[in-house]
Amino acid sequence: MAAEADAAVELAGVSVSYRIPKEAVQTFKEYAIRKLQGRIEHGELVALRDATLTIGRGERVGVVGPNGAGKSTLFRVIARIRRPSQGRVIVRGRVAPLLELGLGFHGELTGRENVILHGAVMGYSRKDMEARMDSIAAFAELEAFLDAPLRTYSTGMAARLAFAVATDVDPDVLLVDEALSVGDERFQAKCHERMAGFRDRGRTFLLVSHSLPEVVENCARAIWISEGRVVQDGPADAVCAAYHAWARGDGASEARS
Amino acid sequence: MTRQNPGAEVYDSARQGLLFVEEAKALWRYRHLVSELVARDIKVRYKRSVLGVAWTMLSPLLNMLAMTWVFSLVMRMDVKNFPVYFLTGSIFWAFFAGATSHAASLTIDAMEITKRVFIPRSVFVVSAVGVALVNLVLSLVPLFLIIVGTGFPVHASWLFVPVAILIGALFTTGVGLVVFTMASRFIDVKETYLVLVGAWFFVTPIVYTPSLVPERYRFIVRYNPMTYLVEVFRAPLYDGWLPGPNTLAFASLAAVVALAAGWLFYSSRIEEYGRGS
Repeated sequence: MAAEADAAVELAGVSVSYRIPKEAVQTFKEYAIRKLQGRIEHGELVALRDATLTIGRGERVGVVGPNGAGKSTLFRVIARIRRPSQGRVIVRGRVAPLLELGLGFHGELTGRENVILHGAVMGYSRKDMEARMDSIAAFAELEAFLDAPLRTYSTGMAARLAFAVATDVDPDVLLVDEALSVGDERFQAKCHERMAGFRDRGRTFLLVSHSLPEVVENCARAIWISEGRVVQDGPADAVCAAYHAWARGDGASEARS
Repeated sequence: MTRQNPGAEVYDSARQGLLFVEEAKALWRYRHLVSELVARDIKVRYKRSVLGVAWTMLSPLLNMLAMTWVFSLVMRMDVKNFPVYFLTGSIFWAFFAGATSHAASLTIDAMEITKRVFIPRSVFVVSAVGVALVNLVLSLVPLFLIIVGTGFPVHASWLFVPVAILIGALFTTGVGLVVFTMASRFIDVKETYLVLVGAWFFVTPIVYTPSLVPERYRFIVRYNPMTYLVEVFRAPLYDGWLPGPNTLAFASLAAVVALAAGWLFYSSRIEEYGRGS
């Protein structure tokens, strides 16, 4: 892997498996009784199998695949939420997921307080966030409302704030899960502009989306994952076309059976 | 701005040390999040209700009045200055029980957030203890008023109270970590814990003194770590002297053991237990 020292994200033979009880035991009382009886059996759920891929600095990569294919697991491994069961993950630089609206946000707190809290969730101190406050408010166009409680914001305003915070901290690797653009058309244009800025500064960008046009529009490369395996990895338009053809065929054969 | 230099930060899954060390490092890196979560809880609690802060101070007093009525006036238990005796035990208990049960109720929040972004889940336990600490300090105000108001002398031993609180906070964090980790996996843990903590209150000398317990049952009180932790907090305030060396030693031992066991249990289990489905 030394040859790829400049890659932003490297996965070498990464598998992720979850140990799950064969029967869903929800309560401790039931668990304790079963344990005493020796009736706790675990199965393995493999969410990602032997994935090897390299994503260079500044690459824009879309991840496509059906539900449950392992897209989220791939994200979690890169975002270090999950440790790989096998293989090795290397991520160079700071990773930030574009967090969706509402996460860690609280309606009773002001916009300003929420920005600081949101920053803290991403690992930034109060001082870091205060230094960024003006540019965040300006981008979200919420300067006048920054000291009003979040519950007085419209959904669009809150979404703009969340987007502004997540992208202002300028991570080296940005992970986006289905929430690339928010707000009205004009604001969406601003979002795209900011994404272009990311690219120009050599930031790496990963997008998980069910919208193939969005992937083709925003990414140069796409990875198709199915049943935990990388099926195809290549130019976004070619991979999306192949996936589209497969998904239609697959859906049709399911409908017949 | 320690983490701003791009490229300086490299995550390599192969370079992973012992879990309990990794978790401790992660908690330290996310200490800002702990203080922000504490600030959030305190602000949300006190923002909309004018009575917010006042209520934190009033509720132990109401509790004290009720207990004084039952145990001192109706049942005529012979305890010198019962209101102060009870209050010194009950606000410490409220700290312990409040922090640990709050930690248990944060598991859903924790699961939602940690699905999407990496944060060490221990921040929720530590922030629950932090919120309870703020409430404990606030309820010291009415306690001092009652102490002075009932003609109790002011003691130099009060200066020991921060040490007593620190020992209590370590023990509480340890128990909180176990409850939080268990509650992350099993849905009945929170409710069961509330029942247990309710019973635990009555086997701890808070509404009675250890000397009132018949000799043959005294072992229950003697083997209860909370007996020593409450005593360490109560001695400087109520008795006006420092806790005895044995009491202090048992309390400190309980705190260190609980914290170490809680941390080891949390770090070895949380990834599996806190994953959700």
